[in-house]
Formats: sequence, structure tokens, C-alpha cells
Amino acid sequence: MKFSEQWLREWVSPQLGAQALADQITMAGLEVDAVEPVAAVFNGVVVAEVVGKEPHPDADKLNVCQVDDGSGEPVQVVCGASNVAVGQKVPFARVGAVLPGDFQIKKAALRGVESRGMICSASELGLEEETSPGILELPLDAPAGEDFRAWMGLDDHTIEVDLTPNRGDCLSLKGLAREVGVLNRLPVMSPDVTPVAPVHDETFPVRIEDVERCPRYIGRLIKGVDVTAVTPLWMVERLRRSGVRSIDPVVDITNYVMLELGQPLHAFDRANLHGAVIVRLAREGERLVLLDGQEITLNANTLVIADERGPLAMAGVMGGEGSGVSEATRDIFLESAFFSSLAIAGQARSYGLHTDASHRFERGVDPQLTVDAVERATALLLQITGGEPGPLVEAASQAHLPGEREVTLRAARLEQALCKRLPAGDVTEILERLGMGVETGEAGWQVRVPSWRFDIAIEEDLIEEVARIHGYNLLPARRPAARLALRPDHEARTPLGRLRRQMVARGYQEAVTYSFVAPELQRALLPDAVSPRLANPISSDLSVMRASLFPGLVRALEHNLNRQQTRVRLFEAGLVFRGDLDDLQQTPMLGALVCGSREPEGWAGGREQVDFFDLKGDLESLTAMGGEAEAWRFEPGEHPSLHPGQSARILYRGEAVGWIGALHPGVRATLGLKADALLFEVRQDALTRGVLPAFAPLSRYPEVRRDLAFLLEEDQSVQTLLDCVRSQAGQWLEELRLFDVYQGKGVTEGHKSVALGLTWQHPSRTLNDEEINQLVDAIVAESHQHLGAELRG
Amino acid sequence: MDHLPTLVTEARQAIQAAESIAALDELRVRYLGKKGEITAQLKGLGKLSASERPAAGERINQAKQALTQELDERRQSLSKAALEAQLAAERIDVTLPGRGQPGGGLHPVTLTLERIERLFTRIGYDVAVGPEIEDDYHNFEALNIPAHHPARGMADTFYFDATRLLRTHTSPVQVRTMKEQAPPIRIVCPGRVYRSDSDLTHTPMFHQVEGLLVDEDISLADLKGTIEDFLHAFFEREDLSVRFRPSYFPFTEPSAEVDIQCVMCSGEGCRVCSQSGWLEVMGCGMVHPEVFRHSGIDSERYKGFAFGMGAERLAMLRYGVNDLRLFFENDLRFLRQFA
Repeated sequence: MKFSEQWLREWVSPQLGAQALADQITMAGLEVDAVEPVAAVFNGVVVAEVVGKEPHPDADKLNVCQVDDGSGEPVQVVCGASNVAVGQKVPFARVGAVLPGDFQIKKAALRGVESRGMICSASELGLEEETSPGILELPLDAPAGEDFRAWMGLDDHTIEVDLTPNRGDCLSLKGLAREVGVLNRLPVMSPDVTPVAPVHDETFPVRIEDVERCPRYIGRLIKGVDVTAVTPLWMVERLRRSGVRSIDPVVDITNYVMLELGQPLHAFDRANLHGAVIVRLAREGERLVLLDGQEITLNANTLVIADERGPLAMAGVMGGEGSGVSEATRDIFLESAFFSSLAIAGQARSYGLHTDASHRFERGVDPQLTVDAVERATALLLQITGGEPGPLVEAASQAHLPGEREVTLRAARLEQALCKRLPAGDVTEILERLGMGVETGEAGWQVRVPSWRFDIAIEEDLIEEVARIHGYNLLPARRPAARLALRPDHEARTPLGRLRRQMVARGYQEAVTYSFVAPELQRALLPDAVSPRLANPISSDLSVMRASLFPGLVRALEHNLNRQQTRVRLFEAGLVFRGDLDDLQQTPMLGALVCGSREPEGWAGGREQVDFFDLKGDLESLTAMGGEAEAWRFEPGEHPSLHPGQSARILYRGEAVGWIGALHPGVRATLGLKADALLFEVRQDALTRGVLPAFAPLSRYPEVRRDLAFLLEEDQSVQTLLDCVRSQAGQWLEELRLFDVYQGKGVTEGHKSVALGLTWQHPSRTLNDEEINQLVDAIVAESHQHLGAELRG
Repeated sequence: MDHLPTLVTEARQAIQAAESIAALDELRVRYLGKKGEITAQLKGLGKLSASERPAAGERINQAKQALTQELDERRQSLSKAALEAQLAAERIDVTLPGRGQPGGGLHPVTLTLERIERLFTRIGYDVAVGPEIEDDYHNFEALNIPAHHPARGMADTFYFDATRLLRTHTSPVQVRTMKEQAPPIRIVCPGRVYRSDSDLTHTPMFHQVEGLLVDEDISLADLKGTIEDFLHAFFEREDLSVRFRPSYFPFTEPSAEVDIQCVMCSGEGCRVCSQSGWLEVMGCGMVHPEVFRHSGIDSERYKGFAFGMGAERLAMLRYGVNDLRLFFENDLRFLRQFA
């Protein structure tokens, strides 16, 4: 909400500068976003009267005017505005004046005619953003010679408060003034709202069909209104300083009263009303063309103002085009209604609308304002547009109007909540100044909540009011006390923080990518993935939830490759989302991506490109942290993002928990990536699990080592050989090392040589050659039988 | 017998001329070995008379000792020279960088979240987390934000359907924890949150840390003390001014926004604080009785406070980052600055 400082000061004027006032209300919970001067800096401009006007002898569009600027002598000035006319009062910049933008007014000759000053438009004075079509016409009673700035009261500020949704009562000058009065212990003035005496007895029937949503509706017929009248400059200025544009006098007056008192009003053209005004719910599918020209289809839960032919306006949100005031309007029907906030809440938004009226009704409009507002608006209309008012017509259901609320504030509770005892008299005074009815009792206060404070319903609300007005920063601070209690700590678990640091130790930078990704990207990487799709994404690029960390990591790779970063090592920890909404898994994963050389460019080598085993080594450094390396397995598998010959399913205790592999060259081509990359992702729960170290006694007897080289078909995985060897190696096998894999000269085509080092050790005796030979024989036989492996000579 | 001095002189010259350990070994054998020339002299003693023998023996032994010493000295000098030559040959340029994988770094948001967690867990808070795809009940309803409440407009929500959404704050974790756990409760809840907003100062995803403390006899003073302590500790500035401004959150009452003296200009007024000298850093308040009711906690017996802050905002202030969007571009040139 924006308002003019001067306007506020007509209600209540504390001895504070604009900024100090803004700070004061900010600290009371009405946050001021901006304090801006209402006009740009200028000087030397006075009110003047145009006393003569002749066409310029050498220019069609220019006039040579004489103005009376109060100096006694008419001043000649050349003016290009088409609307300049003799008898007008205008803002006149004298020679020597400085206009906004440091524009100096000098004596000049325009096409040979001397010009001593400038008649100004509103935009030239910084009073309008858009270029004004002509000079600014001032009221005829403006005193020539008066300093324009002072006369217009331009040394004013627009103060913008960002009100929280609970403070709908401050969406008016009246409400803000009330608050400022409380803070400064000052009385608050208010404008005169004497009821207007009707001059005829014509009304228009009003019927409320939904009294719950609209407990009160007041209307008044005003006949013979001159819609072509000009809104007075003072009102245009106040509206402007409150961020509202002048439209026509009727709209301006309804807006003005809304800003002043907080009650939204609407004016219908009487000629377009048929039968009766009916407040009812819309019928599903009814259509309405709104004031802004858009046609909407109404939902059945939308409250409308209708007549016997159909809906005229969306209640409390926006009027309709067909029933609004136009230049042809003669008689108007003025509406001032109380709609319950629940009836209006969410309505505007459900149609993509947000209006000043809906903003106020959603937050609650004081039900006691309905009559005052219509009387105030009538008085202003009569003043500006003329017309003949009729009597008020009211339809209401007292039972449905908000009832009086009483809330108890216990002194003991207040003291406990604030950790401070405030003098009872201070508390009473704060509550009373806020407009509450207060009865002081032995143990506290019985408080009657004023009609405009919809936000006060329970004791805590009163505690906040007292604390707020007293000042949060005057309240004590202390440290909460608690019993010291140890909490469980699972030693076998590897916390995520340690996994992260391990990745960092292996040279990875942590990435944080969006949890929603572009559907095309996800489809390219995971064609079969099912993950929730946002109904209202911010852009289509961020519209489906990631089913994997791969899309985000690949996007981050692309970003870096496009910025000459050719060596990329990234990891991310976060949730991935899989399945339909009704069968959704939100799984914490840890993923990584590598691209480029093994080590950064340097003198010591490491320039070869990273491969599968570099990444696998990094992953194994994580899986080793749980202390159960044997629980982890990698088995060849096919994943749509990954190279079918260089990808593995990751198993933990037999369960598939992730993938590792080289990015599929086809996918890479589809995505237009400039480099190869390798990726993995693993479920965090698997990585964080582990076992406690379990001690085994150290043997004092010698180890026995045998090296065996097998010839294996190249399609056979080493893992199968290792499993086979282990199965026959007996219980004293200490270590099984794979120390060479070789293909090439000396090895049969289509085969590979795999060299293993086996180490045995017995805990309590020396193993003899014979038993080792037996084991070796068994190993060789088994691997030959099962895998066709041959022992190399 | 006159032969001995000549022999010694000759041996000395040979030792001095020897250029290797091997050559010295040869000389030792030649003169002092079993069949060496000096050794031969000793063997010749038998030919002398008993009276001559001691003196002659003495002379030969002296010559033998002298040559042994000479040999040892020469050996040491040669080894020393050899070692020096080896050391000289093995000299490297120690200013060359070390070999291997240089370390990476954590994301600044992680650094910030971990720092906040650490400060609170050290004094007895636990870390709690929750789902990011939430339902309307936990994100709004249970936090006293009924349907169509204007406060729903405070956070533009990403929806999947009528009731499921991306959490707009980490507050749902409060509700989930209070339903599962009896007071006293002390938790911090870090995590990703989502709002449909994207411009210079907003990203559709960001991180929050929510804090909650529920116990008997908890007051606004406990909240103020906790927040002040936290901000002083987080920014490592005991003299940092902190102020509490009344505000509104549906799930707390009373509620406050917390401002700190601008850490960029120390309150003088700058671009970062819009010349105000103050920076809004977090929201907080006393848990609303309605939230307790939804969580099944007796609000007459227990009181609590909650607070929430944006991790990116704090990271920006702490590290001087001036563009929020950098946090999610994952540009290595940015990330490496936090290693």
C-alpha cells in the first residue's frame, strides 16, 4: 500500500520527519519498503494565468502566449501545446528555473520570436511517467504568482508499506493513521462523513441470496451525474501519490474513498440494471465480461452481483464491462457491501486476477464501514459530478455479520511470555489505544476486539499486540535452559558429511542443481523414467522432477564445457523422485560425473583421459568407508544413459542401489555434448550403512603365496573367475590379488590372461605345501570346468 | 729391514692416489692382506735375533697401523665425495608442484548449512529432514494456513495436483517431528525449498534452515537470546547489532523478522542494505497454539519457538557473493573459490 505522507498528516501528524516516521511504523510491524519524494527536484516554477495567445507567425504548431506570472508584467512565451488557451491557470517555469533532469530555462528565441520561460506539462515536472499530451491545466482559483511547488504541496513523500496479510485494517489512511496515533499517543482526526440528505426517494431493489458470503449490501441511486466532469487536481494528486491513476471522476472517487477508509466501492450504470440487484453464487458456466475486457467463465463457488438477466460483476473482485459507468452514464447505482473474507479468498487468484478490492476483502474489511463509505462517496460525487442522491437501500443479515469477539489476557501468561512484568496500566493503555474495549480484572484483562481487527482471536494475538507496541527490542533476551541428555550415535554409519568430504578429497567439486529439469533432457537420459511433473512450472526447462542426478550433472558439465572448463569433476547429493504421485519415492542419492584428463594439466603426467576405472576407484573409496567392501558388487548391466559395454549395476548386499558407467555415445550426440563423460549415482542409504570393525587375531605363522595366471575368454568377467577361485581356496585364504590382465601377443585371440596372487595363512600353524597344492589343484579344476579357464604355463 | 720406509712411502702414495673404494680394497690386500707386503715383513721377523725382534716388530706394527689409518681416512674421504656426488646428481627442483589429484571443494550452501547445523547441534539440537514433495496438509494446513488464506500468496507454490506440492519452506518438518516426538524438542531442519519466483534476487529453488524448540516455560526472551547468540556466532562478531521487528507468520504468534546491522557497511548504509544499514536475515516467532493443536501438543503446558532462514542469503553475506543465481549454475570457477 502506498500513501502520501501529507495526506496521513491530515489525520495525525507526529513530530517526526518522513524517514523517522517510516522507521517507526516499520518497527511496529508495518514494514516500509520505500520513501520516495512525490516530485522530482525543480524550482522557479510558479502558477500563472494565460492572458494572451496568438499563432506563431512562422510555425503552424506554435503559439505565442502572454502569461501573468504575478510579477505585474505579462511575460511572452512560445508554447507548442495544443491545449493552451486564454484564461487557463498553468505551471510556468520562469527564466532561471531548473526543471527535473537539471534542465535550465533560459531566455530563447523560437523561430525568431522571443520566449521568456516555459509553460509546463505534468511530465516535464516529473509528475507523470509517460509524456503528457499537453500542458497541465490548474484549477481556475489557483493564485497566479504563487510558487507552484508550495501550492501543490509537492514537498511530500510517497511511503510504501508492505503489509503482512493479517493487517488488512491498515490498507487505508484511516487504518494507518490509527496505528500512527497509537505509536505516538496522539489523537487521530477523521474526515467528515455526515449522511447526505436524499433529494428523491427512488431506489433500486437489492436481494441477497447468500447472506453467509454477503451479510450486508448497501446501495444508493444517484441521478443526473455528470461523468464528463474533471476530477479535481488535489484528488488526482492524492491518487497519484498513492500509486493510483486517475480514470474518470466516478472511478476516482470510489478509489479515493477506498484509500481513505478502506472500503472498496463499485458504481453501476443504472441504465444497465434490470429488475433487481441480486447477490448470489454464480451458476456453473455463466459468463461475464470484466471491466478489463476479458471474458471469463464463472465457477459455481464464485459470488456475483447479478440482476435478473445475469451476472454483472464478480463480487468483491471486479466489475463487469456491461454494467460499468461510461461517458453516456446519467444515473449511477453505488454499491458498498460487506463480503466475508472467506467468500472472496482465493477467488481472484483462481481467475488469475488480483485487484485492490479483492486484496482488501480477502484480508477483511471493517463491517462498520459500509455506511460511512457510501456517505463519503456520495458527498464527494455531489461535489464533483453533481447529481441527486436517493435514500440508502440496505439488505443485511445481522446474524451473519461478524460478531463481537472477546479475548482474555492473563497477566501471568503475559509475564511468562515476555519474561517481563509490564505495569498493568501500560498494558491497559496500549490495548485501549488500539481501539479495544478493556475491562481490567484481578488476574488480567477482558478485551473486546474492534470490528476492524480480524487478526485478533486468541490470547497470543493480544500478547503480540502488547509486545509490539511496547517494543520488541525493549524486551529481555535469555538463553533457554535444558537438561543435558546424551543422544544415540551410530558408529557404523558413515554420515553424509564424510562421504562428501571423501569426494572432495578425490578432487570433486560439489554441485547443487535444480531438482526439476527439462523433460527433453530427462527423456534423452532416462527414456523410461516416471517422475512427477509440475502443474505450474516456472518454465518448461524446469518442469519435471529429476528421476536421477544425471540430468543435472550433465547440464552442469555442459555449462562448464561451454566456458572452456575441459576438466570437470562434480558430485551432488540430493533427492531423486521416482514414480507417480501416488506411488512416489523420494530417494537420497549421491552422484558424480567426471570428464577430461585424469589430473589437471601439469608437468608430472596424468594427461590421459579418465576412464571407467578412475571413476570406479573413486566410488570404491566411498563404499570402503562402511567397512564391508565384500558387500558391494558391480555387475555388467544396461542403462539407457550409459555405454552398454562400459556400465555396471551397483549392488549392495545383493540389492541394486545404483549405476556407474560411461555416458552413452548416442546420448552424448543427442545432447550435443563436446566431451565424453563418466557418471555414477548410488543410494545414500547404502553408502551410509556399514559395520563396526571386528578384530581378528594376527597369525604368527608364515604366509604362503602362489601366483596363478589363467587364460579366460575375453567375454568372461574377472569377477566370475574371482568368485570361482575364492569358492575353492579354502578358509585360510588371506588375500586374493588381481595383479595383471593382459591381451595381445602370446595370448590366444579372443582370450585374456588374468594373473592372480593368492596368499594363505593359518592362525595357529604353518601350512604345508601339500595342502596348498591341493587347493590350487581344486581351483584350477573348478575354473576350468565352470569357466573354461586354462592355467597358463 | 731398510726396505720398510720405502715400502710405507710407496704404500702411502698409492693410497693417496686411489680413486675408488675398490682400488683401496686392492691396496689393503696388497700391503696388509695375509700375503701383503707389510704382512710379509712381519713374517721376516723370525730371521732376526731375539734382541732385535721387539724393536723391529714394533716398527712394522706402527707402519701397519699408520697404513690402516691412512686407508680408513682415504676410504671415508672417498665415500664422502661419492655421497656428495650422488647428492649433487640427485638434486631436484623442489618448487615444482606435487603430483596427483588436487582436492575439490564443498558447495558454499553446504558449507553454510553445515555451519548452522554445527552451531546448533553442539548445544543439543538434532538435525531433522523431511520430504521435498509435500502435501497441502503439512506445508499449509497444519501450519495454520488454511485454504485460500492470503498467506498462501506470500509464497508462490509449485503444485503437482490439488493437494501435492513442492514444499515452500522447511516448516513441514516441524510438524512431522512434533507428531512423532514428545517435548522437549530441539531440532534444526536444513533443506531445499521451492517457490515459483525467478529474477535477479530469487531462484525457484533455494535452501532454508528451520529451527524449533519446544519445552516448558519457553518465552520470547529465549527466542531472542537464541537468535542473538546464533547470529553473533555465525558471523563471528560479538558486537553485531540484532533487532527484532514485529511481523506475521501464520504458524507463529508473536512473530518477528530479524535484522542485523549490515555486515557489508557496518550499518553505514550501502547498496546491499539499500542504504538502510540493516539486513533482514531471518523470520521467527513463538509456535502458534493452532500448530501445537495439529501436532497433539498441549499448548498450555508447552511453549516453543521456531525460526527460519535462507542459506543462500547467509552465504552471500558471509562470503560476499553478489549474485544469487551463481549458486545453481555450478560454474567451476565459482565453486573452486570455496575449496
